[in-house]
Amino acid sequence: MRYTQGKYIIAKKQAIARQIYSFEISCPEVAAAAVPGQFVHIRAASFTLRRPISICGIDKEKGTLRIVFEIRGEGTAQIAQLNEGQLIDMLAPLGHGFTIDPSYKKVVLIGGGIGTPPMLPLAKLYGSRATVISGFRSAGAAILQEDFASAGAETILCTDDGSAGIHGFVTEPFKELAEQGGIDAVYACGPMPMLKNIAAICKEKGIFCQISLEERMACGIGACLGCACRTKRNDEEYFAHVCKDGPVFNAEEVLW
Amino acid sequence: MADLSVNICGVDMKNPVIPASGVFGYGREYEELFPLSELGGIATKGTTLHLRTGNLSPRIAETPAGMLNSVGLQNPGIDHFIETELPYLLTKDLVVLANIAGATPEECAEVAAKLDETDVHMIELNISCPNVKQGGAAFGTRCDMAEEVTRKVRAATKKPLVVKLSPNVTSITEIAKAVEAAGADAVSLINTLLGMRIDINTGRPVLRNNVGGLSGPAVFPIAVRMVWQVANAVKIPVIGMGGVSSGRDAIELMMAGASAVQVGAAIFTDPYAPVRIISEMNEWLDSKGISSVKDIIGAVKPW
Repeated sequence: MRYTQGKYIIAKKQAIARQIYSFEISCPEVAAAAVPGQFVHIRAASFTLRRPISICGIDKEKGTLRIVFEIRGEGTAQIAQLNEGQLIDMLAPLGHGFTIDPSYKKVVLIGGGIGTPPMLPLAKLYGSRATVISGFRSAGAAILQEDFASAGAETILCTDDGSAGIHGFVTEPFKELAEQGGIDAVYACGPMPMLKNIAAICKEKGIFCQISLEERMACGIGACLGCACRTKRNDEEYFAHVCKDGPVFNAEEVLW
Repeated sequence: MADLSVNICGVDMKNPVIPASGVFGYGREYEELFPLSELGGIATKGTTLHLRTGNLSPRIAETPAGMLNSVGLQNPGIDHFIETELPYLLTKDLVVLANIAGATPEECAEVAAKLDETDVHMIELNISCPNVKQGGAAFGTRCDMAEEVTRKVRAATKKPLVVKLSPNVTSITEIAKAVEAAGADAVSLINTLLGMRIDINTGRPVLRNNVGGLSGPAVFPIAVRMVWQVANAVKIPVIGMGGVSSGRDAIELMMAGASAVQVGAAIFTDPYAPVRIISEMNEWLDSKGISSVKDIIGAVKPW
């Protein structure tokens, strides 16, 4: 099985910041198939389109997935109203995940805002070999810092307003790390301007970089071609699809 | 267990449910969820003479009880379809309606001619795309253009020819009569209704193409009305579509005059929608003691 659709029990629900929720979902067959970087496509009861949400945790032994999402509109608001013990309708696991290489000695994981959650499964895999740089609007919006620390990763926190950690964007501490050298891979998810800057730094330094993209999506499995993204394949422009070819792309393939 | 089989211009279908063109690709992605052979048919992604990259993103927007799309006919071209996708679909037990489109009547005819040499079961001609020879107005918005493209495609193929009608017209019955006169074996309707959404915080349209096609439950009553009007205006069979999301909707559209139904946006909400609709239709027919779905085609008793 690559993916399936079903209704699964929400084992645990927590608000982890203003308008940001964490769900632990009991779905053994999905958890068994899922890899870091993939997403789940969640049905919001009164809407036509499902909502794509990145996977923040995969526990194959417990048979659970964790998702962390922000209320962005009416659909995510409706999903956030679901409670522990209730069923959540998911089409999952979907998409092409991150390339993981156990031989990497140093990786940098970069998350911007709600782009941070998909970095957590990578932090768990790479442990102390990972440095996580995450950026948020303010201290109140910062999430998952303890999770990253307990995975053994080094954490660097940035806020736009300076209310916690470094005052500024994630690109500043990343530039310093990149200058020091020795980075085998960079993985990033967040706003497009952030990803574009990180990709440019990696290109300059010759560092392998993968980014996770977001796009308005319908089917989620590569049939409807709704979530097009301009990429380059064999030196020709190619409209890839975030749901199937992505959400994770090699940064050098993406045409910004 | 009611008899769900229907016959559309000489082609037998074991049930009347067909995923609509555009939502279902060439079927492969859904085979992961259920056997394609459970379907009556499949209307494949609109395919043109050459590869098309389609429109820039965003191509999708949510709307009340529906959605907008402006994919822009992204497809790998008819040769790829014939070499790679069609052989796969022909290994399944279902009717393949190859949906085709083009920028000129001649291009549509050339695509149809290529399909004529294959084992595809039916051709569905999309006339909602712009006619570049006529200033970009959609073929399906003028009787003379709809007639011309249908006639040229008709001449290029002996396959059963279904012409898919646009609802963005003053009188869909006039267009239906024009394509019937030009040799269409059936019509399918409704394609999407042209719509638009604007992000009021940025002042930008949500779709990069500014406008796009509206589908989903919101358009269902329009589909019922248009299917009913067209079924009463032409002698050829009508394939109904537009916002069908349940077995009851499918029954309703068939009562309005459709001989089969296509399912579109509902598949995005529930990827199993087509197979669920088949079983819901069966349950409803059984509950009413109706032995064949053919008995409800056009069975509406208008006031």
